[in-house]
Amino acid sequence: MNYETVVGLEVHVELSTKSKIFCGCTTEFGGEPNTHVCPVCTGMPGSLPVMNKGVVEFAIRAGIALNCDITRYNKFDRKNYFYPDLPKAYQVSQLYLPICQNGKVEIEVDGEKKYIGIHEIHMEEDAGKLIHDPWDDCTLVDYNRCGVPLLEIVSEPDFRSADEVIAYLTKLRDIMMYLGVSDCKMQEGSMRADVNVSVRPIGQKEFGTRSEMKNMNSFKAIYRAINFEAKRQIEILEEGGKVIQETRRWDENKDASFAMRSKENAQDYRYFPEPDLLPIEISDEWINDVKNNLPELPEAKRARYISEFGLTEYDAGVITSAKQLAYLFEDTTAICKKPKEACNLIMGELMRLLSETSTLPEDIKIDPKKVADLINLIIDGKINRNVGKEVFEEIFRNDVEPVKYVEEKGLLMLNDDSLVSDTIDKVIADNTKGVEDFKGGNEKAFGFLVGQTMKALKGKANPQAVNKILKEKLQKL
Amino acid sequence: MDFSNKTALEIGQMIKNKEISSVEITKQMFENIKKTEKNINAYISVFEDVAVKEAEKVQAEIDKGEEISPLAGIPMAVKDNICTKGYNTTCGSKMLENFVPPYNATVVDKLKSAGAVILGKLNMDEFAMGGSTETSYFGTAKNPWDSERVTGGSSGGSAAAVAAEEAIYTLGSDTGGSIRQPCSFCGVSGIKPTYGSVSRYGLVAFASSLDQIGPVGRDIKDCATVLEIISGHDVKDSTSIKDSSFDFSKSFDGSVKGLKIGIPKNYFGEGLDSDVKDSVLKSAETLKSLGADIQEFEMPVVDYAIPAYYVVACAEASSNLSRYDGIKYGYRSDKGDGILDVFYNSRSEGFGMEVKRRIMLGSFVLSSGYYDAYYKKGLKVRGLIKNSFDEAFSKYDMILSPTAPTTAFKIGENTSDPLKMYLGDIYTVSVNLAGIPAVNIPCGFGKNGMPIGMQLIGKAFSEPVLVKAAYAFQLNTDFHLKKPEIVKGGLA
Repeated sequence: MNYETVVGLEVHVELSTKSKIFCGCTTEFGGEPNTHVCPVCTGMPGSLPVMNKGVVEFAIRAGIALNCDITRYNKFDRKNYFYPDLPKAYQVSQLYLPICQNGKVEIEVDGEKKYIGIHEIHMEEDAGKLIHDPWDDCTLVDYNRCGVPLLEIVSEPDFRSADEVIAYLTKLRDIMMYLGVSDCKMQEGSMRADVNVSVRPIGQKEFGTRSEMKNMNSFKAIYRAINFEAKRQIEILEEGGKVIQETRRWDENKDASFAMRSKENAQDYRYFPEPDLLPIEISDEWINDVKNNLPELPEAKRARYISEFGLTEYDAGVITSAKQLAYLFEDTTAICKKPKEACNLIMGELMRLLSETSTLPEDIKIDPKKVADLINLIIDGKINRNVGKEVFEEIFRNDVEPVKYVEEKGLLMLNDDSLVSDTIDKVIADNTKGVEDFKGGNEKAFGFLVGQTMKALKGKANPQAVNKILKEKLQKL
Repeated sequence: MDFSNKTALEIGQMIKNKEISSVEITKQMFENIKKTEKNINAYISVFEDVAVKEAEKVQAEIDKGEEISPLAGIPMAVKDNICTKGYNTTCGSKMLENFVPPYNATVVDKLKSAGAVILGKLNMDEFAMGGSTETSYFGTAKNPWDSERVTGGSSGGSAAAVAAEEAIYTLGSDTGGSIRQPCSFCGVSGIKPTYGSVSRYGLVAFASSLDQIGPVGRDIKDCATVLEIISGHDVKDSTSIKDSSFDFSKSFDGSVKGLKIGIPKNYFGEGLDSDVKDSVLKSAETLKSLGADIQEFEMPVVDYAIPAYYVVACAEASSNLSRYDGIKYGYRSDKGDGILDVFYNSRSEGFGMEVKRRIMLGSFVLSSGYYDAYYKKGLKVRGLIKNSFDEAFSKYDMILSPTAPTTAFKIGENTSDPLKMYLGDIYTVSVNLAGIPAVNIPCGFGKNGMPIGMQLIGKAFSEPVLVKAAYAFQLNTDFHLKKPEIVKGGLA
């Protein structure tokens, strides 16, 4: 029998608001344990939550970008359960009236386009972190993450393959980053997904019984886990067994999933309306305001880069794959008006440096003004392209000022033809073998002689001048 | 100097006039506490040295001629579920016996800047759950009028301290009658303010949608003055209402002329002590003789108030009290192994019977399968009660009723019968469900010599009108001036 995999996702995205959802504590990642906390986010007796309006604003932004209906009358609910990382023993979330509903996102896999439905998006608070200390054999709690705002984006069970899931997650991440609502750093847990997988014989209408894997935070793990889980379930069905509804844990090292707890003794969260917060009403004006100020999304940018700047589809795709690359490109272009040059530097030098230094595009900090200055130096013939590459690397690594840097390092191009001419005479005299080879028809020898000349001139010569003069001199020999 | 019959406002004036100093009266309070506390147990903790120093500080400011507030330099005390920075806030529970909050409740900050001298923290039913202060982990508070009887609750310490002159005024909290009923039992005045008028920040939550902090005092004018200080919008409490400060400047003309007062007939039926009934109806006559327009009417939906209240209040409590899990602060059991044992044992050992009963009730009504049948229905009844009050207030300026069906009962009398204890809240809980204000003022004494209180209920933010009527009543009666034996004979 042939089976079809069905996947639904609950994606948690940590919002990049400056402060937490119900208090003024910073949302910054990675502080010393329990330093980004206050009585409110640690749930001290008598403390009360106050809604961060920025969270609502970000949620509306996400909802609009994902084509959702925005709920006008919003309420919060308490989800009650005991766990040491949850200081109030309840999570403030939205069960009954989530802020966004009925959205959709278009994805493309192998040239085929399809829509993935967004069931809802709701706002909630994150919990803390438990850290097990194996030396002292005890568990410690860090409440820094408590109260960091989250959006939970719940998809419809519309995925039919792991590839579709990855395409969706990639797109979701791009959109969230472009909207500025989240940095979506999976390795820091600011984007993570609960993955629901089931299988059914092709043609069957009803869904099969699903299993859930929670808090997955790498695309690779999600991809492998879906395929593993589908295969496991198909094997059970093929052997005449029954899939049970349960939560499973994906073990990345073992490349397999393991049962955690079955839904039969599932927790009762005793949801009820949060009495400490007033309902939030969202006006048409507010929605329109967010709509009108919505940042340009990657797809629109890609199209514009092609039509407005003449980039190739490939280059436009790479540059818009990360918000920081796109902004570097746009801002540089805006200053120097040389989109092709900016594109070439990003596609060539920057990509090389990112991979050499294992830097993620979202972590780059390059001043577009400096890149624009560098491009002008090249265009104006002040430095040659090879020096340009060197200076770009210096900007990337050490944030140097390009004009100052080339002056101080004496990298300005030599436009003194007599010096070039004298140097070439010396190179010809010193490299008789190279000259012989060239005369013997070896084209490569010409390049060698150019290289020797450039080396003698510390790379600062205008390569065209070197080519021209060297060629003339060799012909005269 | 005898100030036994003086109100906080009068003493405040005496301090201003340099007839007495804040330090003197503060020290006098501690003398009273030393003499009577063993028979009353109104306090869980006292801050003698700190309070005297504070009194000296406030006195120095008054001496410099600084206008602080009419209550500057007056010694007072705070119910022990209201957070005081650096001082234990126990909620009357073993669970929080050693909890020291690193912040003040907003009301405490407001009172301190008004020059209040805090004497200590007051006894209460554990987590404000109870109507007798018998569920306190720190021992039962005893009624100053008869130490074999309860003070009422949950703000039993707040009412008893005022009645026994162990504080000039106090703060209590009222979730279902917890200010009004002990005030009734102890013969003092108190206000349960409109929901949202006084910040709940720093009030350890019992039932968030019902809790309000309010004043207890020697007369209604003192209470109004305190309410004026502690009310007002607070950015730290989302449920606090904007423009929620009160103006009582027109409340003290001593007149009730033309005020329409409704008396709900069904409040005077079965279960009401005849002494209480007689006193309250007699008080209605008094108000009538002063020019009020008294009319009877029916408010049948209130019969469902008790079940609706216990469903809603316990549901919220079960969630609010979940945070006491032995992990972060409060009591932690050292028995058992692993995280579940920490949860189970800390909560089993740290909470008392009544608290556990309400947590279980609340967890039950919120659990899936029962939510619609109980919690949702409770909310529906709550809505109906609100509507029926709205309707009543379209006809009347206020409603007059008993505060409690009985006078203070004997200690231990109701502890084995929680339902009977709950029924004692019959006249008070509907006010919290509707979020409206009510006052208790003394209106007589039972044959057993115990004080009787009456309740005036008004629409949201009608405190100035309620105070006006209560003030006129107190101007023409002396129930609030009567003193229990324990303070008679110049204790003060």
